[in-house]
Amino acid sequence: MSTNPAIGATSTTVGDEVALRKALASTPRPPRASALSAALTFGWRGMLKVKHVPEQLLDVTITPVMFVLMFTYLFGGAIAGSTGDYLDYILPGILVMSVLFTTVYSGVALNTDLTRGVVDRFRTLPIWRPAPLVGSLLGDSVRYLVAGTVIIVLGVALGYRPDAGVPGVVAALALVVVFAFALSWVFTTLGLLLRSPNAVMNAGFMGIFPLTFLSNVFVEPETLPAGLEAFVEVNPISILATASRGLMEGNADAGDIAVVLATGVVLTAVFMPLTTRLYRTRG
Amino acid sequence: MRRGSVYGVLGPNGAGKTTTIRMLATLLRPDAGSARVLGHDIVKEADAVRSAVSLTGQLASVDEDLTGRENLILLGRLLGLKRDAAKARAAELLDGFGLTEAATKLVKHYSGGMRRRLDIAASLVVTPELMFLDEPTTGLDPHARNQVWDIIRALVGGGTTILLCTQYLDEADQLAEGIAVIDHGKVIAEGTPSQLKASVGSGALHVRLLDPEQRPDAERLLSRELGGVHLEPDPAALSAPCATGDRAAEAIAELARSGVRIADFSLGQPSLDEVFLALTGHTAEESAEQQEEQAA
Repeated sequence: MSTNPAIGATSTTVGDEVALRKALASTPRPPRASALSAALTFGWRGMLKVKHVPEQLLDVTITPVMFVLMFTYLFGGAIAGSTGDYLDYILPGILVMSVLFTTVYSGVALNTDLTRGVVDRFRTLPIWRPAPLVGSLLGDSVRYLVAGTVIIVLGVALGYRPDAGVPGVVAALALVVVFAFALSWVFTTLGLLLRSPNAVMNAGFMGIFPLTFLSNVFVEPETLPAGLEAFVEVNPISILATASRGLMEGNADAGDIAVVLATGVVLTAVFMPLTTRLYRTRG
Repeated sequence: MRRGSVYGVLGPNGAGKTTTIRMLATLLRPDAGSARVLGHDIVKEADAVRSAVSLTGQLASVDEDLTGRENLILLGRLLGLKRDAAKARAAELLDGFGLTEAATKLVKHYSGGMRRRLDIAASLVVTPELMFLDEPTTGLDPHARNQVWDIIRALVGGGTTILLCTQYLDEADQLAEGIAVIDHGKVIAEGTPSQLKASVGSGALHVRLLDPEQRPDAERLLSRELGGVHLEPDPAALSAPCATGDRAAEAIAELARSGVRIADFSLGQPSLDEVFLALTGHTAEESAEQQEEQAA
């Protein structure tokens, strides 16, 4: 263990008597924390964890880089005729995929949290009930932003030049992160229902993986068999990818954006109360 | 339960202590029945209960991936303190609990005793009216245990009310004003530590013989002197209830006179096992086993 000898030394003395009395002196109870402040505090907790273990950002940075490079150079020529053309098509798609894959980790993290005693303390605090969950998802949104930014920076380095410029890219990223926030409620629900972090990871990817590939992220649906094409057309991930492409190219369809946002609202409305309820009753 | 006192809940593993405390702290909903904490119903007024109590569980309820200071600031903020107030309160608690040097270390690198102290500190960020302590010294070495006891005494001195769950009679005896003994989720005895001990006999004389062959003789002599001899699993050992040192000395002298050779003897407080034996007619271990059988 990397225990500092100083830590062992302090355990042999409780602080001096005066300091202990002072610490135990009764403090007046402050007014209850607002829902927003409680949620933001939990978001801060998420940030602190990243600060202490920055390596955990590797999965949201390395994986997207691999995807962009592999897909562009391996399939680019075959699918779109040239790697450059394919990059224009696939970059917004990979943005969607990477960020959505990251949402699975929110469920895994919640499941890991449950195995620790700290959740008991959170549950006995007089705070807005969903605050720990909303807060940690707000913290996770920062991870989604990191994953998305890595993709875009890499894309630009490889020659991707979106027509709508910076505002278009920012709008696309914002839309993807908002949708990811909504989708992560599905995985937090899963995180509370399954027994181990590994099970959450496996089940999560079993769902999100085919759903992402059976979309227009990688290929235009026109080449697909009719039944599959019909599915791909209505897959919300396709619509999200189309909307992101539109925002980046400057020809976004307001209808697509509306469908994405509406899907997000429905997911949140169903799975957020479900997660909150399970969080309160489980364990 | 009187304000500013410690009330002990004593019972073996699986007796229902943790379940009870988790219900009272609003972590679990009772399947049936109701309970009031500080006048608030634990189901209907759960939030009012949450504002007044704090819980220190068997598992240290602190975040291992954060530092000690961050843990305390986090809780301060969640309890409604402003940023600066939360920081100041964290510093005060770290100082009082002897954790200042370790304040910026991650909790996962803390020793068991430090973790438990941080856990108690975390329960005191805002002074609770009632504090639940669930086996606060289980798994600690004697030194760390004494530190925790000192903190509990100081807390009570400061006017906090504490519900203490423990499986050590010694701990309840040291700290609690009143004790309830529970088994299979039911209170089987209640009273002050001295009442409780009086109901079991205040202590027991434990004798171990050099020669197990002599145990029947020793048993006969001790039942005459003290009565109620208990044969222990060790074939050379036996014990008998004994209130005072004088009585014990007489009994030992009687054994020696009759030629029973003694390896060692001690006059001890009744153990939890003896309390259980006296109150229920079965030992704490048997009780836990029965529990498991019922569960299986």
